[in-house]
Amino acid sequence: MAEVTQLIHEYLRHDKKFPHVLCPGCGHGIVLGSLIRSVHALGIAKDDVALVAGIGCSGRVAVYVDFNTVHAVHGRALTVATGIKMAKPEMHVIVVQGDGDALSIGGNHFIHAARRNIGLTVLVLNNFIYGMTGGQCSSATPLGCWSTTTPYGQMEKSFDFVEMTRAAGANFVSRGTVFHVKTLDKLIQQALTHEGFSLVEVLTPCHTQFGRKNKFKSPVDMYQWLKKTATPLEAYEKLDPDKRAGRIPIGVFVDNHEPALETRYAAMRAKFAKG
Amino acid sequence: MSAKRKTAAREIFALGAEAVVEGALLAGCSFYGGYPITPSSEIMESMAERLPRTEDGVFIQMEDEIASLGACIGASLAGRKVMTATSGPGFSLMQELIGYACMIEAPLVLVNVMRGGPSTGLPTSPAQGDVQQARWGTHGDHSIIVLSATDVQDCLHMTVKAFNFSEKYRSPVILLLDEVTAHTREKITVPLAKDLEILYRLQPSMPPEWYKPFEETVRGVPPMPPIGSGYRFHATGLTHDDHGYPTQKSDEVVAAISRQFRKIDQFFFDIQITDEFLTEDAEVGVVAYGSVARSAHLAVEQARERGIKAGLIDLKTLFPFPRAAVEGLLRRCRTVIVPEMNMGQISREVKRVNPGTSTVWTINRIDGHIITPKQILESIRKG
Repeated sequence: MAEVTQLIHEYLRHDKKFPHVLCPGCGHGIVLGSLIRSVHALGIAKDDVALVAGIGCSGRVAVYVDFNTVHAVHGRALTVATGIKMAKPEMHVIVVQGDGDALSIGGNHFIHAARRNIGLTVLVLNNFIYGMTGGQCSSATPLGCWSTTTPYGQMEKSFDFVEMTRAAGANFVSRGTVFHVKTLDKLIQQALTHEGFSLVEVLTPCHTQFGRKNKFKSPVDMYQWLKKTATPLEAYEKLDPDKRAGRIPIGVFVDNHEPALETRYAAMRAKFAKG
Repeated sequence: MSAKRKTAAREIFALGAEAVVEGALLAGCSFYGGYPITPSSEIMESMAERLPRTEDGVFIQMEDEIASLGACIGASLAGRKVMTATSGPGFSLMQELIGYACMIEAPLVLVNVMRGGPSTGLPTSPAQGDVQQARWGTHGDHSIIVLSATDVQDCLHMTVKAFNFSEKYRSPVILLLDEVTAHTREKITVPLAKDLEILYRLQPSMPPEWYKPFEETVRGVPPMPPIGSGYRFHATGLTHDDHGYPTQKSDEVVAAISRQFRKIDQFFFDIQITDEFLTEDAEVGVVAYGSVARSAHLAVEQARERGIKAGLIDLKTLFPFPRAAVEGLLRRCRTVIVPEMNMGQISREVKRVNPGTSTVWTINRIDGHIITPKQILESIRKG
C-alpha cells in the first residue's frame, strides 16, 4: 500500500461522510496533509493530539481527521485550546484558524495567547479573505485588493501575523506556504516540538473568493504567485531593501525558549506540594 | 492534597461568594477561568487563592469573559469540572458560548451575580434583572438549567447542586445570585465531601470504535469521556448527527435537538427544586427567589402573627420553571404576590402558569435597593 494511502487510512475518519467542503484548488487540504505527515513523522499518538479549529473553511478541516477535534465558535478557538492545554498540559494542542478568525474577530485572544506563551501550536491559514462567508475582506486582505466588502479596493492596511506574534512575545514564529510543502512540513514539526506559543502562518490560496476578484485567472496562477513572491528568510535578508518590495519572507522568525505558561504554573504549584 | 485533609465539618464566617467557592471545591471543581467584574469578583479572587493549592487545580485569568467561558469549555472537554463567575455585561458577552456549550453538551457551572442594567447599570447594587436572559440569552432553541440561592449557606449547597446537574445532564448550569446574597457574610457549615452527593458525568463502557458522543440513550444523556482518553470524537456547534458530524438532514437535526430538550424535560421532578413555607393552608401566596425570598420569609411570618394565612414558595430552580409547585399555590390562594428586583421577569412565568384561579400581583423594585419584609407584608395585607 502506498504510504499516502496508509496515512489516509490511519488519520482520516472512515465514518465521516466525505467528500469534503473545500473547493478545487484550495490550499487547506495541503495544510492538513502537511499537519498529518508532521504528526506521523514525530510519532505523536492520535490520542495525544487535540485539534481545535475556528469557523470558516479552515474550521471545517478538523472534522475529517481522527484526532480529538473541536470545531469552536468564530474567533474563540484559542480560548478553548487554552482550557484544554491548562487542563492537560501533556497533550499537543493544535489550533487551526483562518486569517479573519485569528486576527479580526479573535485578535484579542490571539495576542493574549501569544503573550502568555502558552504551549499551543497555531496554524493560521491565511488566504487574505473570508472564504466560506462569501469573500468579504479580512484584516489580512492586502491594501488595494478587491472583495465583496471592498468593491473599490481595500483601504485599510493589513496585519502582518509574524510581526504581531513576535511583538506579543511568542516563542516560535514562522511563515510558510502551501506551495513550499517540504518547508511547511519542517515548520510544523518544529512548531509541534517547540515549548510555548508556536505560530505557523501558512499562505494558502482561495481562488474562489480572492483569486477570482484579484486578477488571478486560475488556481494555478495563485500557486505561481506564491512560488514567485515567497522568499526564504535568509535570501530575503540579503536582498537590497529596494528589491524586497512585493516579496514575502518565509521561514523561522522567532526561535526563543522561554518557559511556557503551563511550565510556570506547574512550578508555582510544585511549591505548595512541597510545603 | 498538600493541606491537611479536613476530617470534620467546619464552621466558617463567609461571604456568599466564598460559600460558592467552598461548594465548588467540595463538588470537585478543578478549573476556573474567569475575568473580574463587580459584584462577582470575590468568587474569582477566592478561587485564585484556593485552586492552585488543590491536587490538580487550575486557575487562569483570561482576557475577557468570552475567553473565560471558552477556556472553561475546553477544560470541560478535557474532563474537568469547571466554573466561571461573572455579572451583567460579562454575562452578555458569554451568551454565544453558552449556546455552544448547550450544543456540544459540555458540563459547566456559570455563576452570575446580577447587577442592575441594562448596560453598565448599577454595578454595586442588588438586582435580579438577568433572569430571562439566563433562560433565553443565547440564540436558537435550547434547554438550560438556571438555579438561584437565598442565603450564604444556600450558596454552598446550590453550587454543589449546580455541579451535580451539569454533570448528570451534560448541560451548562447557570447559578443566579444577587448582590445581597453574594456579599452577605454569615456563619455557615462546610460539610465534608463524603457527606454530600457528588455526581460525575457518565463514562463510556463500550470500546472506543463503538462510541458515539451524541448517541440516544435511555436518559437522553450520552456518556462523555475526557479528551485524550482514547475516545476521539468531534465536538461542533453545528447541528450534528450522533457521531458529532455536521448534518442538515431533517431527521438527524430534529432528533439531535429533540434529545437535547428531552434530556432535561423528562427529569423535571429531579431538577425543579422549591422550598415551601406555610403553603398548605395559604390564602395569600408569595413566590420569590434570592435575597428577596428572605424578606418574603419574614413577611409571611409577620402576616401569620396578624392572622393572615400567608405562605411562600422560595424558588431554588428558576428554569425549567417549577410549574407544578407554583400552579399548586395558584390553585390554593386567592392572591399570589411575586416580589422581585426587576420589572417582572419571574412574575411573567407565574402568570403564564396561572390556571386563572387567582390574581397575580407584582412588587417590582429597580432602584438598586432591596425589597423589604415591610413592603411585602403591606402587599400581603391587601391580598
